[in-house]
Amino acid sequence: MEGVYRILSAEIIGPDVKRFEVQAPRVARYWKPGQFVILRAIEDGERIPLTVVEADPEFGVIVLIVQGVGKTTRTLNSLSEGDMIPDVAGPLGSPSDIEMFGTVAVIGGGVGTAIAYPTARALAEAGNRVVTIVGARTSDLLILVDELEAVADTVIVTTDDGTAGRAGFVTDALADVIAERRVDRVIAIGPLPMMAAVSALTLPHEIPTVVSLNPIMVDGTGMCGGCRVSVSGETKFACVDGPEFDAHGVDFELLAARNSSYCEFERRRLAEMGEK
Amino acid sequence: MPRTPMPEREGRLRALDFEEVNLGYTDQLAILEATRCLQCARPVCVDGCPVGVKINDFVAAVADGRFDEAGRIVATDNSLPAVCGRVCPQEIQCEGACVMGRRSSPIAIGHLERFVADRARGRGGEQAPATAPSGWSVAIVGSGPAGLACAADLSRLGHDVTVYEALHEAGGVLVYGIPEYRLPTAVVEAEVGRLEEMGVVFELNAPIGRAESIDDLLDRHDAVFIGIGAGLPRFLEVPGEHLVGVQSANEFLTRVNLMGANRSDAETPVLVGKRVAVIGGGNTALDAVRTALRAGADSATVYYRRTEDEMPARREEIRHAREEGVHFEFLLNPVGFGGSERVETMELVRMRQTEPGDDGRRSVEPIEGSEVAVPVDTVVVAVGNAPNPMLSGTPDLTMSRRGTIVTDEVGMTDKPGVFAGGDIVTGGATVILAMGAGRRAAQGIDAFLRSGALVEID
Ligand SMILES: Cc1cc2nc3c(=O)[nH]c(=O)nc-3n(C[C@H](O)[C@H](O)[C@H](O)COP(=O)(O)OP(=O)(O)OC[C@H]3O[C@@H](n4cnc5c(N)ncnc54)[C@H](O)[C@@H]3O)c2cc1C
Ligand SMILES: Cc1cc2nc3c(=O)[nH]c(=O)nc-3n(C[C@H](O)[C@H](O)[C@H](O)COP(=O)(O)OP(=O)(O)OC[C@H]3O[C@@H](n4cnc5c(N)ncnc54)[C@H](O)[C@@H]3O)c2cc1C
Ligand code: SF4
Ligand code: SF4
Ligand code: FES
Repeated sequence: MEGVYRILSAEIIGPDVKRFEVQAPRVARYWKPGQFVILRAIEDGERIPLTVVEADPEFGVIVLIVQGVGKTTRTLNSLSEGDMIPDVAGPLGSPSDIEMFGTVAVIGGGVGTAIAYPTARALAEAGNRVVTIVGARTSDLLILVDELEAVADTVIVTTDDGTAGRAGFVTDALADVIAERRVDRVIAIGPLPMMAAVSALTLPHEIPTVVSLNPIMVDGTGMCGGCRVSVSGETKFACVDGPEFDAHGVDFELLAARNSSYCEFERRRLAEMGEK
Repeated sequence: MPRTPMPEREGRLRALDFEEVNLGYTDQLAILEATRCLQCARPVCVDGCPVGVKINDFVAAVADGRFDEAGRIVATDNSLPAVCGRVCPQEIQCEGACVMGRRSSPIAIGHLERFVADRARGRGGEQAPATAPSGWSVAIVGSGPAGLACAADLSRLGHDVTVYEALHEAGGVLVYGIPEYRLPTAVVEAEVGRLEEMGVVFELNAPIGRAESIDDLLDRHDAVFIGIGAGLPRFLEVPGEHLVGVQSANEFLTRVNLMGANRSDAETPVLVGKRVAVIGGGNTALDAVRTALRAGADSATVYYRRTEDEMPARREEIRHAREEGVHFEFLLNPVGFGGSERVETMELVRMRQTEPGDDGRRSVEPIEGSEVAVPVDTVVVAVGNAPNPMLSGTPDLTMSRRGTIVTDEVGMTDKPGVFAGGDIVTGGATVILAMGAGRRAAQGIDAFLRSGALVEID
């Protein structure tokens, strides 16, 4: 059944961002929104986590959206249709809480938009009024806006430089949404500073807020503890207890520090890659 | 006559690479050692072995130079002899019981077992007699020693066996935990390869519980064996433990053993640093500290809160570690880590032994005001593992408060047709106990399938 993870399609959807359809029947069959896979781009490669954006259980296909930030993600993005991925393990992690909450603001920053998309869709299907806010530095970096338009009640686009949508940060847009109407829940997925800012914004309004954390992972089964994060003073393993957590309890600074653990190594590997 | 020493590579030299430390007996050395055995009328050594390997018989065969037969004798009771010969805590099991231990030194049973197993492996292993297919199919969850042993026996009994493993390689702790210099991956690969030849199917990258549930497996298979181990690392829960550079032994060892982080062309990084502190006193702690030296640390120290006598690690590992230049500090317990972002210091409190309690065991307690701080670059925490929680939500599967799965004597859980064994049932234990549990469950599963109980469930 398993063992063959073939890339069925690979499409560039933004600068350094690629969308893949990958044959992975087990993952496709059992996946729920919010869950991810851990894959290796090459034999002997590093294991990295990637969110499953969509899955087709019937055809055994999953969709991944990958931003090339370092050695492994760039190697992956150099692959094309017909290429094989040596390992795709999953699904992993706890699924998102999908319930009828009322009005939910789903905020995606950068490639976090890809991670937020399946959750936004599932929330809409569960009957929620979904307001999505999609942010990027500049218009070229915006992804999945059309797809989100199709599932959400409202889509607000923000760019730091004003090249698309309104100029400014996602938090500016969120502040306006909160001022205008009752928001029952906020889900924010993107770079750590963005998630920390959203969390700080919703705290005084007492709006339950969920973030999807992206610590460094190895096994994804709760075995190494490398993905541990601090939530409301408790140690949690993001790969099994998360990746989604109550934003108001997350120690973002600590996570940022832990994510920089290997930055020297990562820079060196990337430089070597560039030389080749 | 003294015990025949195992040829070993020189300490300082071997601490520079990951090649196996013990070189193995030659035929002559094996015969020499085997002839020391008294062939006792009541071989107490066998009582000391958790799976009852017929030690006196196989050692007699080695003494006669009948190595193949020795291999067959061992294989009847132990399905992973090349592994157990290398990693069993022999001093408290077979060798601890051997009468020769009282006169001079016990027979080197582990070394001999390894010798016959390695020789058998060289020839492609024991060929199992072909059994008529039973028509039943069994799912094994987890490919550690419990799962591998269970798979081997069920396959021999004619059942169709599929092993589901969450990681991208089979072997469990044998591949991601125990290092290459102590247990070469090739030994485990040969075992897995042999099972594949017998028709066992390995489905890797399959995290059961997140992917299919146990109930999903029961739709496809007639019985299930759970051998998912005790892989959840415990931490000390002291301030500063989240600092960069503080890692669990599982993470440190997995990065090196499974992901090859020690190689110069590695894709996966590992933090080693110049001064490495390892917390704990078991095999895991010693594997971490010796690995740290091999991965480039200048100094590597084990901090254990009790004394050397109480260290649960194999004696051979402690001796090997010393020879390689590992430092040991006893009666010291970490109470916190300091540094900004990266760990820089470790604070410890000195411990003292208390008077022996009712169980005769001395405990330890901190000496107030005795805190000291030592400079460190990285810390590896090896204070034990808790049961893997990935299947904890499974309906009808009874778990203890400690998170272990509850079973009867043959390994059946409260969920009919679902069996479990190894570390997930006992908590962190040993390879031989996990292997024995896997084999017992295979018998239980076979009896269950043939009893007709299955029809009632369906
Ligand atoms: C649960 C989860 C889901 C994820 N889903 C996606 C996804 O759908 N698409 C996607 O493109 N990425 C996703 N990521 C992030 C992705 O795993 C990392 O970008 C990847 O591991 C980086 O590997 P690399 O070798 O390419 O870069 P590296 O060389 O390892 O790192 C390059 C840069 O990325 C940073 N970085 C390293 N690891 C991570 C990490 N885990 N998360 C964020 N930044 C990191 C480093 O600090 C460095 O600045 C997810 C992460 C997690 C934990
Ligand atoms: C570093 C270290 C050194 C050790 N040294 C020794 C020694 O010298 N001598 C000795 O006798 N013992 C030693 N032990 C203990 C010994 O390794 C264990 O007792 C033994 O491996 C337990 O076997 P097991 O089959 O129960 O589980 P494991 O070996 O833990 O294997 C469990 C397997 O199940 C997989 N798994 C987990 N969850 C799932 C899931 N949901 N779906 C699919 N697969 C899953 C895991 O990935 C793993 O491969 C050591 C342990 C460690 C960690
Ligand atoms: S299996 Fe372990 S305890 Fe039993 S004889 Fe072999 S080494 Fe000794
Ligand atoms: S107890 Fe020792 S000497 Fe006696 S049979 Fe066993 S191994 Fe030989
Ligand atoms: S990734 Fe290893 S425990 Fe979470």
